[in-house]
Amino acid sequence: MRALAIVAAVASLMAGCGQGDKSEVLVSAAASLTDAFREIETEFESAHPDLDIVLNFAGSSTLREQILAGAPVDVFVPASESIMQPVVDDGLVGDSPMVLARNRLAIAVPIGNPALVTGLDDFADSALLIGLCAPAVPCGEFARRALARAGVVAEPDTNEPDVRSLLTKIAAGELDAGIVYESDLVAGGDGITGIPISDEFNVAATYPIAVVTNGDSPDGAALFVAFVATAQSRSILAANGFTTP
Amino acid sequence: MSGALQARIDVGFDADFRLDVEFDVPPGTTVALLGPNGAGKSTVVAALAGLVPIDRGRVVLDGVVLVDTEQGLALPAEERQVGVVFQDYVLFPHLSVVENVAFGLVARGAGRAAARRSARNALPEFGLDGLGDRKPAELSGGEAQRVALARALVTQPALLLLDEPLAALDVTTRADLRHLLSDHLADFSGPRILITHDPTEAFLLADEIYVIENGAVTQHGSAEDIRLRPQTPYAADLAGANLLVGEASDGLVTVASHRLAIADTAASGRVLATVHPRAISLHRRQPEGSPRNTWRTAIRRVEHYGDRVRIQVGDPLRLTAEVTPRAVDALGLSVGDSVWVSIKATEISASPE
Amino acid sequence: MRSRTPWPLVALAVAAVLLFALPLFGLLVRTPWSGLGEILGSEVARDALWLSLVTSLGATIVALILGLPLAWLLARIEFPGRALVRGLVLLPLVLPPVVGGAALLFTFGRRGLIGGPIDELTGLVLPFSTWGAVLAATFVAMPFLVITMEGALRNLDTRYEGAASTLGAGRWMVLRRVTLPLVAPSLAAGLVLTWARALGEFGATITFAGNLQGRTQTLPLAVFVALESDRDVAVALSLVMVAISLTVLVALRHRWWGAS
Repeated sequence: MRALAIVAAVASLMAGCGQGDKSEVLVSAAASLTDAFREIETEFESAHPDLDIVLNFAGSSTLREQILAGAPVDVFVPASESIMQPVVDDGLVGDSPMVLARNRLAIAVPIGNPALVTGLDDFADSALLIGLCAPAVPCGEFARRALARAGVVAEPDTNEPDVRSLLTKIAAGELDAGIVYESDLVAGGDGITGIPISDEFNVAATYPIAVVTNGDSPDGAALFVAFVATAQSRSILAANGFTTP
Repeated sequence: MSGALQARIDVGFDADFRLDVEFDVPPGTTVALLGPNGAGKSTVVAALAGLVPIDRGRVVLDGVVLVDTEQGLALPAEERQVGVVFQDYVLFPHLSVVENVAFGLVARGAGRAAARRSARNALPEFGLDGLGDRKPAELSGGEAQRVALARALVTQPALLLLDEPLAALDVTTRADLRHLLSDHLADFSGPRILITHDPTEAFLLADEIYVIENGAVTQHGSAEDIRLRPQTPYAADLAGANLLVGEASDGLVTVASHRLAIADTAASGRVLATVHPRAISLHRRQPEGSPRNTWRTAIRRVEHYGDRVRIQVGDPLRLTAEVTPRAVDALGLSVGDSVWVSIKATEISASPE
Repeated sequence: MRSRTPWPLVALAVAAVLLFALPLFGLLVRTPWSGLGEILGSEVARDALWLSLVTSLGATIVALILGLPLAWLLARIEFPGRALVRGLVLLPLVLPPVVGGAALLFTFGRRGLIGGPIDELTGLVLPFSTWGAVLAATFVAMPFLVITMEGALRNLDTRYEGAASTLGAGRWMVLRRVTLPLVAPSLAAGLVLTWARALGEFGATITFAGNLQGRTQTLPLAVFVALESDRDVAVALSLVMVAISLTVLVALRHRWWGAS
């Protein structure tokens, strides 16, 4: 009996932790939005002290699987419209998604470019250590599309599960080159040098944003979606390497 | 002397305990190291076998220097020709009896098959017929002891060390095994060292006894010397027991035509009767009451050891009694006096010889 | 006489069993049974399965070669810093594997402390290679072997080894004919645990060795990647992992843990 009482007490304590006096808004966002969304979170919370934004960053497809499995997410911001589509198809989205930002691709190399990479052509060189995102995540999908447009058959040495782990390995100098987002060149900062990909081959990722009906705070979610469309948020996104519509 | 062991061993474990002993064992001689538990006896075995380093000292066996700390010399265990029967035997549990016995032969360079063949041939000699394929866990205590003996002797060592070889056995097996042991000791031509805390074992098996207490030799001599003239309270206590060999039947033991009543009515045949000196009472007048063993004799010797006095009485049974100095004064006992001896039947223990 | 059944205890124990069993059941429910053959016959699945066997067995062998001497040293020799070494051995058990992988990358990578010289001298680059996957698996799995064997060697009565040496056996023969046979049951258990941990290794591998089919993509990595693209494949591969692990652990339980 006493043990059960303790279990009950612990359970109520844990439940209490989540509640607090603020209401939480759970935002699942693509890993590439990490820095920009942290800044937006700060701005939003100072404008809405009663709301607490909880950010959940991961590869877009991982986030989608979580939502499809019923995670109580309020807002979803993947790095591709094709990732958003199944969520829309399952009727888990309130209003139809709007485009938040676009992100162009760029080649990332370790600082100083030790392998002397000049462009997409080098991705076919088997002597170099090349990394891409896995085909299932948007950065991998877009990178392959760009390579196909350039007519390059790439020989990657690793297919990283998300763009952040790809950047880490490039920054560490363990990979000679990889294809990432332009925003990552701002975010990756230390240890990374960017090489632009010409418009002819470049592919832009589109970040749709939508309120997810699984969530517990539909009002807070609507406020957040409205907030990211403001000029204030757009300038944060731009400063982080995104283009905004 | 060829074949002999000369050992001077000094091992310090810590500030509290130090083993410092010196002894010589001529070939064909069995020396018993007799002492209480914790006296350092097993350390002597380990040091001679090369399992424990000696801090200072010198060990020479059959002309070969095993250890000389002054020259910084210490042969590793595997290069010494020392056979050891360990306490609890330490048979290899994963090997059969034959493989246990063959182990030393293989280690000393015999081929696996040849070693097994000689090991199997040696089994009958140790009463191990038909047990060759058993594992140690499937052996009785007595069988395990014989395997341990066979394992140690089959390599024909230059020195045989026996560490409490009978301690793990029950009383009846112990008597049988003692005979087997004494036969094998007689066949072994090198020096032999028997470690024991049991004076009976030492008296029956050894030619010479070293009493070891707190890491040092406190007395050295023949069994007779130790028994009749113990020099420390420990020796007096354990080694001073009266041992009598006699014939038992119907609750009586006949020793040199004198009959002693014993409590154990089942004992029969040749037995070893033990009487502790303190169990023997001395009286000026014939005692009354229960003691069934009472007779009159004369005092042959009186020896004082601090707070005890050992008194030896004469025929028909030469026994040693131990009394307090006050009792000696009260009774006015001195050599040549006539006294009555009495022993309760329950104080005499009889075990098969 | 039977003692009274302690029902509250039984209830909690059943809850514990459910915690283990329910996810397995969930997996079975989601398994695409009809397409299973096709999925498991695919190149991705066969490559991952093969690579998992190679890396987990490779890691077990390396752990044996390096870990057994370490266990012996820890169990038998007093040396300064022994407590520290023991702590280091345990570290991979508590460290998140990703952290371990990152540490490996910064040490054995091309630009790493050790990896740099290795690359210059031999041209061998560990990250993004199967060797790297073996190294990552060894890093996380070897503690199991070391801990098991240190305990076994510590508990082994050294008198057996002493007896062997008085019979004329040198160090090598004592080890081969006495020490190792006596600790064989523990060694087997340690090897199985090590292998099982290596088979399940994910975090350190993907961080240090990357993810490339046929080279570094072991079953756990294939499952992780497939989860984001084709859930049927992920579930099917997970099922394979569960089947292999469960078969080995249950089969060897009888033999090496002495269960009846």
